[in-house]
Amino acid sequence: MKEELIVSGRMNPYVDPTLNIWHWQIPLYLFLGGLAAGILFFAALSYIRGREEAHSFAVRKMPFLAPVLLVIGLACLFFDLNHKLFFWRLYTTVKLQSPMSWGAWVLMVITPMSMVWCALHIKEFFPNWDWKYTWAKEAEKFAQKYKLWIAWIILIYSVILGVYTGILFSAFNARPLWNTSILGPLFLASGLSAGAAAIIMFTKNKEERAYFARIDLIVIGIELFLITHMFMGFMASTQVQIEAANLFLGGPYTAPFWIFVVFLGLVVPALLEILELFDYHVPALVPSLLVLTGSLMLRFLISFAGQESRYLY
Amino acid sequence: MRYAMAIDTKKCVGCSDCVVACQTENNVPIGYCRDWIVEETNGTYPQLEMELRSERCNHCANAPCVRCCPTGASHIVEGGIVLVTQNDCIGCGACIASCPYDARYPYPDGYVDKCTFCYHRVKKGEKPACVEVCPTKCLYFGDLDDANSEVSVILKKRKYKTLIPEAGTDPQLYFLI
Repeated sequence: MKEELIVSGRMNPYVDPTLNIWHWQIPLYLFLGGLAAGILFFAALSYIRGREEAHSFAVRKMPFLAPVLLVIGLACLFFDLNHKLFFWRLYTTVKLQSPMSWGAWVLMVITPMSMVWCALHIKEFFPNWDWKYTWAKEAEKFAQKYKLWIAWIILIYSVILGVYTGILFSAFNARPLWNTSILGPLFLASGLSAGAAAIIMFTKNKEERAYFARIDLIVIGIELFLITHMFMGFMASTQVQIEAANLFLGGPYTAPFWIFVVFLGLVVPALLEILELFDYHVPALVPSLLVLTGSLMLRFLISFAGQESRYLY
Repeated sequence: MRYAMAIDTKKCVGCSDCVVACQTENNVPIGYCRDWIVEETNGTYPQLEMELRSERCNHCANAPCVRCCPTGASHIVEGGIVLVTQNDCIGCGACIASCPYDARYPYPDGYVDKCTFCYHRVKKGEKPACVEVCPTKCLYFGDLDDANSEVSVILKKRKYKTLIPEAGTDPQLYFLI
């Protein structure tokens, strides 16, 4: 058989033998960003649809987690930078071709917006809360008046944030595994599913839980559909993408991906949620924790496997 | 103006003089390099063929690193040379991940570094350090828009290939075969 042997004198530890530039910070941030996007999406959606009373937990209490997640995520991003003191350069440029650039701007909008949303509902946790200064009271009144507008902004930007966590990877055509635009909708669906799971896990309202369990079920279905299509696309594509798919179809990532992401992260929670619909009692913690773990694992596996996939030479 | 380099794989002996010249000229930190030698062996024993290549940044006309850079630190200057502005670079690694040739590395200070085609020398009309020192004279550098430049002349005479053209980068290193 004809063989090929390539010896390179480069020895750069960041790219040889495979890319090794991003570690745990980036996938963790992508998970936290996706989860925050899911939480904010459902809060804004339920409010816009006039379901504030029916889904009071999702609208009023759950969003308090979002700014915390976003700030932790931003800290992860910051600590991943090699030239940290120049991070502000992100905000002196707008580069539409670079997902990282517009992602940084989207975070700059949605993080403060999520904080405003929490401020509007602060009495949920502190019933005697008093804005000490008149300007703060005025600001709250102003935000209260335009709450529907704020909800729309949060809704739109949460979708962009969810898609961006995937598109960040698709922009790199040098890494064949990442170079598929399906990662955008897949990571959005995964984030929405994680957001719904977080609501199911924490709400005490039985009807609200059942409602979001149904939504989660639909989103899990969409995710399975997108994963199938991702692999179909790879297998019908060029040699480098076939090899990228093989990392998950027999290669080193096969077991973790199909066990933790697909089986335990999607199939099992979907079955448990179906059982719940038929009035079997399933502790809400189990499917939601599985979905959240699956969502986290998806980010880690795609991030690490993508760095191993490369062009042939 | 379109700067390009031609590398004669038939004349290259893989001595790494270009690598050392670059490291000296550009103060490349120990353990890294802006150009490097690749030995590719093909075939079935005993019918083997070896190709030696002096590789570096391809200064792509459609550069994915410039597209992915969130701050504009990676940019293209006159002649199509791809450069990084140190104080605009945040060291996010997007350009390193986007390069199919893996030509970039983070400098110990944090910003990303790579081959500049020795822009500081080329501006003065000199050749890049690697071209200057090559003992077998297998590196050719010049302006593709000038029909009489060293690189244009050799590309007219010889067969050549580029690396990973399927990545859509329009690379500007031509390997004479």
